[in-house]
Amino acid sequence: MAERAALEELVKLQGERVRGLKQQKASAELIEEEVAKLLKLKAQLGPDESKQKFVLKTPKGTRDYSPRQMAVREKVFDVIIRCFKRHGAEVIDTPVFELKETLTGKYGEDSKLIYDLKDQGGELLSLRYDLTVPFARYLAMNKLNNIKRYHIAKVYRRDNPAMTRGRYREFYQCDFDIAGNFDPMIPDAECLKIMCEILSSLQIGDFLVKVNDRRILDGMFAICGVPDSKFRTICSSVDKLDKMSWEEVKNEMVGEKGLAPEVADRIGDYVQQHGGVSLVEQLLQDPKLSQNKQALEGLRDLKLLFEYLALFGIDDKISFDLSLARGLDYYTGVIYEAVLLQTPAQAGEEPLGVGSVAAGGRYDGLVGMFDPKGRKVPCVGLSIGVERIFSIVEQRLEVLEEKVRTTETQVLVASAQKKLLEERLKLVSELWDAGIKAELLYKKNPKLLNQLQYCEEAGIPLVAIIGEQELKDGVIKLRSVTSREEVDVRRGDLVEEIKRRTGQPLCIC
Amino acid sequence: MAERAALEELVKLQGERVRGLKQQKASAELIEEEVAKLLKLKAQLGPDESKQKFVLKTPKGTRDYSPRQMAVREKVFDVIIRCFKRHGAEVIDTPVFELKETLTGKYGEDSKLIYDLKDQGGELLSLRYDLTVPFARYLAMNKLNNIKRYHIAKVYRRDNPAMTRGRYREFYQCDFDIAGNFDPMIPDAECLKIMCEILSSLQIGDFLVKVNDRRILDGMFAICGVPDSKFRTICSSVDKLDKMSWEEVKNEMAVLLQTPAQAGEEPLGVGSVAAGGRYDGLVGMFDPKGRKVPCVGLSIGVERIFSIVEQRLEVLEEKVRTTETQVLVASAQKKLLEERLKLVSELWDAGIKAELLYKKNPKLLNQLQYCEEAGIPLVAIIGEQELKDGVIKLRSVTSREEVREQDLKSGQNRDFNIYDGYFIDYWQKWSGTTPFSYKALELNPVSPPLEAAPTRTHRLVFAAFT
Repeated sequence: MAERAALEELVKLQGERVRGLKQQKASAELIEEEVAKLLKLKAQLGPDESKQKFVLKTPKGTRDYSPRQMAVREKVFDVIIRCFKRHGAEVIDTPVFELKETLTGKYGEDSKLIYDLKDQGGELLSLRYDLTVPFARYLAMNKLNNIKRYHIAKVYRRDNPAMTRGRYREFYQCDFDIAGNFDPMIPDAECLKIMCEILSSLQIGDFLVKVNDRRILDGMFAICGVPDSKFRTICSSVDKLDKMSWEEVKNEMVGEKGLAPEVADRIGDYVQQHGGVSLVEQLLQDPKLSQNKQALEGLRDLKLLFEYLALFGIDDKISFDLSLARGLDYYTGVIYEAVLLQTPAQAGEEPLGVGSVAAGGRYDGLVGMFDPKGRKVPCVGLSIGVERIFSIVEQRLEVLEEKVRTTETQVLVASAQKKLLEERLKLVSELWDAGIKAELLYKKNPKLLNQLQYCEEAGIPLVAIIGEQELKDGVIKLRSVTSREEVDVRRGDLVEEIKRRTGQPLCIC
Repeated sequence: MAERAALEELVKLQGERVRGLKQQKASAELIEEEVAKLLKLKAQLGPDESKQKFVLKTPKGTRDYSPRQMAVREKVFDVIIRCFKRHGAEVIDTPVFELKETLTGKYGEDSKLIYDLKDQGGELLSLRYDLTVPFARYLAMNKLNNIKRYHIAKVYRRDNPAMTRGRYREFYQCDFDIAGNFDPMIPDAECLKIMCEILSSLQIGDFLVKVNDRRILDGMFAICGVPDSKFRTICSSVDKLDKMSWEEVKNEMAVLLQTPAQAGEEPLGVGSVAAGGRYDGLVGMFDPKGRKVPCVGLSIGVERIFSIVEQRLEVLEEKVRTTETQVLVASAQKKLLEERLKLVSELWDAGIKAELLYKKNPKLLNQLQYCEEAGIPLVAIIGEQELKDGVIKLRSVTSREEVREQDLKSGQNRDFNIYDGYFIDYWQKWSGTTPFSYKALELNPVSPPLEAAPTRTHRLVFAAFT
């Protein structure tokens, strides 16, 4: 040990010498010589095992969820899951990694963001990038023709967090999808209804759902004169209209992507439009657009969609927006995206900024890519961007200074004097057996004040105090932590009294 | 595309020719010649992209959870989580992978079972092997002196499934731990209480908890004359249930389960379904100052419990519902889609779990069949005549009786607005009542008076749900 300490000291000194030489800009040879000495010393130190212990961080782009963050997360998931269940969805789960082959060729350029597992002699594996490809694999594998399912799980993307503030590499997705051959637009309308229900219930502010259709986009580009080969890249430019002005977008299309200016202008006439069903009807009358078969199909489906959305009572939240173009390559029909109109701005702070909190669309060709016979199963679905919602809810709670409880404990079993541990253990056990959420301090002789303080910090509403005199009288003091009112309750009535006060049904839950 | 199809056809024919020649045992040269032609044709086809698609399996040792399996899983987790919450535990979550260094040196021989991530130019990462090391890392990182927490998540081990039947490489662990300096044995006792509560509530049969102490074992070996160097190996001979690779685990507790034997079947076999112990030295391995935080905890082996519960349900032939839908909105004739959409939307807005078929003009029979298959208890049928009368037919799927035509007139307003609150009102008001079965109500008309309920039929409606 002393040897090692001496060696570590030498390494430290040598390191300082090297740094000093570099600062003084000494000759390259001298520096090289001293660096070599340093490396040799370090090598003698051997693998630095002691250093291994003190790695106290989570991997880049990932984080732990503290109890407080879990409480927020649970609230949000509860709202979302209730909604999915209300609409009759089943739930599935899939492994965190898939065979590498399963994910290959499904994500285009984004494929470089996939986490691979090391080749340890077995199958080549990769962490899932989303929940949609696993879903398609599940459908094909089980030869299912239809299913309505939700799936909530973490996905993994090797994004560069420096470029996109707050972008995690491990994050939750909440997906809901309806797979199957059905009459047009009914499931699509239900997806939008679900999106609206969830965003309303979460109470994170007003929102708007933008709707468009891949076929309308493609048809529009065609009649404007966009060459087939440029469709995708023009698409991603058009999509930037929610962040950039039309002038900037046009410059990008013409200047960077080589699009003819007249073509860009024609596109501009269309993509700056948004509205309700009246815009759909207007475009159905458009002489050029209505000549395009694809666009016509898309427009007709959107018209039907709007009829259903009106019956669902949400048409006022939907906007047909011709600039909505982003999304993964596998969308084949209607596409939609929900944005918050105005995040609650805190005093003196910038609003969180616009951004989508949910998105989705129809993708009829994905399952066919997995089926040996190329059998198609049309799908439509949505994905809720919960990570963003977590931050918004957390922020809102902080602003409202609402205390978030991280436990559900209803009563603390306490003692007023010493040598009452036995009594506390017996009582708390009785409460647990009756289904009451209870705790006790792990101390033989805790001070009453400390026990009361514990309740205040944890937000526990009631405390059942055992005292020597009360034991003789056969009662327990039940105290409300906030009001400090106390009442003596007979031992035999305590369970009922606690249940009554906490609003619990008398049967064991 | 047509070219490719033609080429594929040629490949197929050539393949058949080769097979035919082999069957006829033609000359080796001839076969070789035809095989060469086949390979050449295949090469023309190019990289067979179509073949890539058909990888229809999950990785070795992992599986999907179907809706049915999820229903079982949700039930089991519900029991477990209720118990943890009853004892005042907080909950945390950690990432699925840790820095490789974090896991290094913690698992002894089992380290070779850790899944590593590929070095893609960033940090070296490994999938978590259990939930205890992440917990210790979390405690040290946040400088916590005490916490009572549970954590339910999947862990990853590159076990060889051939050797251990049914052993998964991705599986759930449910951990509960109490960290902190407390008076002796109180938290330890609570952990055992929790284990017993959970195993009782799960109703998977009688169980027994075995308890021992590492210090007693060590002391016993010493006085029996076991050389220090042989302690561990003697230990593992003695303890067949030993899966602990921690040097710091001082206590061992394991649960033996006698599973209820099914008629004519072998019992599932004994095996532990939960285990735990005290481990006082782990956090110190992470703390820069070597600061110790004593811990005691338990881990529930849920995968085994899932199978036991699934088996039990199969034996009891209990139907497991995979959705919670309460009512299907159906139509008796054609051209009633609009009405269905309006009604189902109102039910959703009122918080009722409802569905409709995604067909413009579904047959009533198909709609009823859908209810039977999914276990949906009620169907609300819209019909032309009923629309004119301002009513909806509410029908119990199991009894096939019409519960009763519900009068939905809102009183003064006799127009088309039949959804004007009446139906929904009652639903909301009574959805919180204590459950009564449909039959029980029929027999017992003296059940709690439902204020302002003009007819018994309304009671029947709500009771069937709750």
